[in-house]
Amino acid sequence: MAGKIITISSGKGGVGKTTATANIGLGLAMLGVRVICIDADIGLRNLDVMLGLENRIVYDIVNYIEGRCRFRQALVRDKRFPELFMLPAAQTRAKDAVTVEQMKSVAYEAAQMVDYVLIDSPAGIEHGFRCASAPAEMVLVVTNPEIASVRDADRVVGLLEAEGGPPVRLIVNRIKPELIRRKEMLAPEDIVDMLAVDLIGLVPEDPEILAAGNRGQPVVLNNGSPAGQAFMDIARRLQGEDVPFAPLKAPSIFTRIFGSH
Amino acid sequence: MALTIKGTQQGILLRPLSASWADVLQALDNALRDAETFFRGGRVILDMGTQELTRENLGMLRDVLDRYDMELWAVLSENEDTVRTARSFGLRTRLPGEATPKEQPTPALPEANALVVQRTLRSGQSLKYPGHIVLIGDVNPGAEIIAGGHIIVWGKMRGLAHAGALGDEQAIICALELAPAQLRIAGHFGRPPEGRRRKSLPETAKISDGDIVVEPWFTRE
Repeated sequence: MAGKIITISSGKGGVGKTTATANIGLGLAMLGVRVICIDADIGLRNLDVMLGLENRIVYDIVNYIEGRCRFRQALVRDKRFPELFMLPAAQTRAKDAVTVEQMKSVAYEAAQMVDYVLIDSPAGIEHGFRCASAPAEMVLVVTNPEIASVRDADRVVGLLEAEGGPPVRLIVNRIKPELIRRKEMLAPEDIVDMLAVDLIGLVPEDPEILAAGNRGQPVVLNNGSPAGQAFMDIARRLQGEDVPFAPLKAPSIFTRIFGSH
Repeated sequence: MALTIKGTQQGILLRPLSASWADVLQALDNALRDAETFFRGGRVILDMGTQELTRENLGMLRDVLDRYDMELWAVLSENEDTVRTARSFGLRTRLPGEATPKEQPTPALPEANALVVQRTLRSGQSLKYPGHIVLIGDVNPGAEIIAGGHIIVWGKMRGLAHAGALGDEQAIICALELAPAQLRIAGHFGRPPEGRRRKSLPETAKISDGDIVVEPWFTRE
């Protein structure tokens, strides 16, 4: 049976699409299912860095589409979890090097091999977004608790609905409970209320994310990271587990001092 | 106004009120320009009543409508010459589902023209209709809703709403929660006051003494 194709999208850039793709992909692999993460941001390749697989890339998605390599040759296998593969974007090509039909056929081919295909969509609502969402059976829309990104997420959900698209689930990323308590940040409930979309993840702001991305060691590998835990919860929910949403707590001084290592 | 413009289910109904065709065309041009892309692609029903319409005047009307991508579809008239003229242009002279005009001196146009939509209007989406609009759902920031008549939102109004877009100052906007980016009624603009949002309760916006005023919706005993 073919694997499930899930696209991670947002509209606005910089809200954490690639971080989410890397962590959910790795989280699923840690649960023992096979995953291919496709970087659909042609010309602005990032997913390889986040996953720490940058220096293993030989071929990329455009090479495969142009017939320069076989599909398996273009895949990069993760060094930690053999269940995880990445199909890198081309870094030296323009955004329109891949057509909607080509992206569909790549995604369908990937789905034959594994249990999940995660597609990391580029920002924006143009060609790249349409390519990335065309094959999707589900779209995870990532937003931050701020008005501009919520509005862009709303736009993306509207575009997906207009095309009679796949079911949409919402990830609210970079939540700062302290700011929400002081009413300086949108609360997740308000975001869900406005977007009228089912929630699949609440990810707290975590300084670990930045360092983890730079090291190519996604936070999901780190047991002590609250963001890593939240991404793992998303992976479990995708797997059909009923994982309750953890209450968002501002880290107390105690955990700030003793919780890190 | 030298004419009235009204959205109906069959099309946009024009009724000239002035005997001067130049005035009628000028008023039409102004109204269409104000309503921007509101009517684009729409079809038009011209109700001449007993007034005569010459070939030349009909041609001039078409020129104005052409500029807004609108099509003259039917001419209703009690004047036999006008009916002949309209027919020679290939236009309808009676509306579908209507008895012959001669037996029914005043054409019975459907007056109840409201568009009812049930969904969330999201950022970047636009809902336009020449008549009234009833939306069952929310209007999110970045979305717009434009009606020739009233706008009723059974939900939260957080985008842009323009009621009476054809110039009807009697039009109102009401919503279960009125927290719009901007409200427009006919040619008037209004923004909500800066600062904290008030508690949510149903409200109505209408024009009073040339300004848009918002009032809570009370049912009085």
